[in-house]
Amino acid sequence: MSRTLESMLPKLVVAPGFILGFAFIYGFMIWNGVLSVSASRMLPNYEFVGLAQFERLFEMERWWVALKNLGIFALLYVGGACVIGVLLAIFLDQKIRAEGALRTIYLYPMALSFVVTGTAWKWMLNPSLGLEKLMHDWGWTSFHFDWLVNTDMAIYCVVIAGIWQSAGFAMALFLAGLRGIDDSIIKAAQVDGASLPRIYWRIILPSLRPVFFSTILVLSHLAIKSFDLVMALTNGGPGYSTDVPATFMYAMSFTRGQVGLGAASATVMLMTVAALVVPYLYSELRSKPHDR
Amino acid sequence: MYGRIEETFTMLKLNQLAAAVALTVAAGVANAGEAEVLHYWTSGGEAKSVAELKKMLEAKGHKWKDFAVAGGAGDNAATVLKSRAISGNPPAAAQVKGPAIQEWANEGMLANMDATAKAEKWDELLPKVVADVMKSKGSYVAAPVNVHRVNWMWANPDVLKKAGVAGMPKSWDEFFAAADKIKASGAIAVAHGGQNWQDFTTFESVVLGVGGAKFYTDALVKLDPAALNSATMTKSLETFRKIKGYTDPASPGRDWNLTTAMVMNGKAGFQFMGDWAKGEFLAAGKAPGKDFLCAAAPGTANAYTFNVDSFIMFKLKDAGAQKAQSDLAASIMSTGFQEVFNLNKGSIPVRLGMKMDKFDECGKASAKDFVDTAKTGGLVPSVAHGMAIKPAAEGAIKDMVSQFWNDDKVTVADAQKKLIAAAATK
Repeated sequence: MSRTLESMLPKLVVAPGFILGFAFIYGFMIWNGVLSVSASRMLPNYEFVGLAQFERLFEMERWWVALKNLGIFALLYVGGACVIGVLLAIFLDQKIRAEGALRTIYLYPMALSFVVTGTAWKWMLNPSLGLEKLMHDWGWTSFHFDWLVNTDMAIYCVVIAGIWQSAGFAMALFLAGLRGIDDSIIKAAQVDGASLPRIYWRIILPSLRPVFFSTILVLSHLAIKSFDLVMALTNGGPGYSTDVPATFMYAMSFTRGQVGLGAASATVMLMTVAALVVPYLYSELRSKPHDR
Repeated sequence: MYGRIEETFTMLKLNQLAAAVALTVAAGVANAGEAEVLHYWTSGGEAKSVAELKKMLEAKGHKWKDFAVAGGAGDNAATVLKSRAISGNPPAAAQVKGPAIQEWANEGMLANMDATAKAEKWDELLPKVVADVMKSKGSYVAAPVNVHRVNWMWANPDVLKKAGVAGMPKSWDEFFAAADKIKASGAIAVAHGGQNWQDFTTFESVVLGVGGAKFYTDALVKLDPAALNSATMTKSLETFRKIKGYTDPASPGRDWNLTTAMVMNGKAGFQFMGDWAKGEFLAAGKAPGKDFLCAAAPGTANAYTFNVDSFIMFKLKDAGAQKAQSDLAASIMSTGFQEVFNLNKGSIPVRLGMKMDKFDECGKASAKDFVDTAKTGGLVPSVAHGMAIKPAAEGAIKDMVSQFWNDDKVTVADAQKKLIAAAATK
């Protein structure tokens, strides 16, 4: 009796969470999929229209702007955060003084929510409040920095704020990776006469490969989901020039009364995330038996 | 603003919305004689006005169940309302305006208020254009609360005087002459907040001023491709773009009340904004006519873009709740409520023939023009404030106009083509 209970108990304990997770994550993913092929407008309905919502979606200029922005943002944000993160981690790894304090300072932006980051950078980048005004007040009157209000450049402001927020996080991951590298390999390389840059380039960075992989994975799904940063920093503007798929989806579903179209855009986002995550998970899960 | 972001963020995923639906299903059903009212009037003056309505309803022996959803010009309220309605548990009344009323009616969820309307003679008390917005298939389904005039132009008399501008400009030519003078005097000529509805508030005043009420109706309300493709629209777009040259570079993303403050503090000369801006001036202790001026936007003196707030009434099963609902509708249209509410809110009563003694100059002017334009046909619905066309097309047109305003690389000819395409959004 107690034996069966013992074997059942873990399953019983896990079951509610599993069922809730299944219903509220996969259930609603499926519902979203159903809505994306329906004629839903203000409220959901279930009249099947095939891929008409997707056709409309890809005819909209605003959606293409959102996709292009996502491309720019994801590439620069993930790339920028990784590069800065690696550099910070390498510098911190030089057995410097007060490393603990510096590490904390670089990690601090992670403690803020994207809304706070967005609002603070909005003030800093606003030409009549922030950086430009400061420079003018200090006498550098020819200084000109209006990216935030320039339709072509505003998306790069989002990138700047995003990198500021996430570079410290990337640094922490890389630092942990650096600490995990066996000293004896480096010593062996030194004995062989390799220069320091060469050691980093040929030995240390390649052995950080798994860390790069997980950092890129974490950051790129943050990039695809990015919503709060854009809402706080630019609210999608000027015009809709900094719209990203998530803000597009929100606008269509909840303020424009086009639930079907919004669901279609959400489906495209889901596919994008899946395209990134599934191959990664597959390779991870498959390689496990060999490694361990 | 931050509250709004937080709330919108929580609504990010459809699955989270649906979770909210599931929660509200469990939230229980209204009691007899109780009217649950969903609204987004939560700021100081507005909250006072709502308390007045609550008092009137309680005086008739009903219970008022407050359901206030703050933020974002009703976007959040609309989202909550949808989740309640889908779960089959809508409130008795909800603050919804414009063609969205008909969209709700088409879902078959709204109650027929004709009996109340007939008893209270709404047909005689409301201008026909306004009554039409409240009706679906000829029956009243909503009760109007107030009228905001959108085509106002606000000005700081000190700035005008310093620049040597005599009086408010009556035409766009006069306006640009005045704006040049203000610019030369060192102030910002036009205070503008770059959000798509603010861009469009300015745009619709320009279209109305350049083309007149008939053209406005054809182009922006009926979305007639011929009108949208006409030379008048080309001229409107050119005028609209010209105004941008008189704004300051930091305008994108600025809130309307901060924009009004620029006029208030003498940083800027003019602002195009609805009469809620007046509430901002009054709250700062400024007197109309002395500390700030109000006039119809150039060329729109004989026209009136209206923005009417209203409550839609949902179908209810309980007889007591139905009675409370019809009493609520009657109270909303009563003279007492119309006066108190609108004095607090800065708008004017939607009911015709009310005494306007307690209202200020701008309010009196607005009420007079409201009555006059209702007769001449100059009374037109505001597109920027969701009174004229369905949300999908409205959103597409607003996007396009806002993009045109912000991106100087978009030519007038391109913009006109895109405008026609956006108007075709179903």
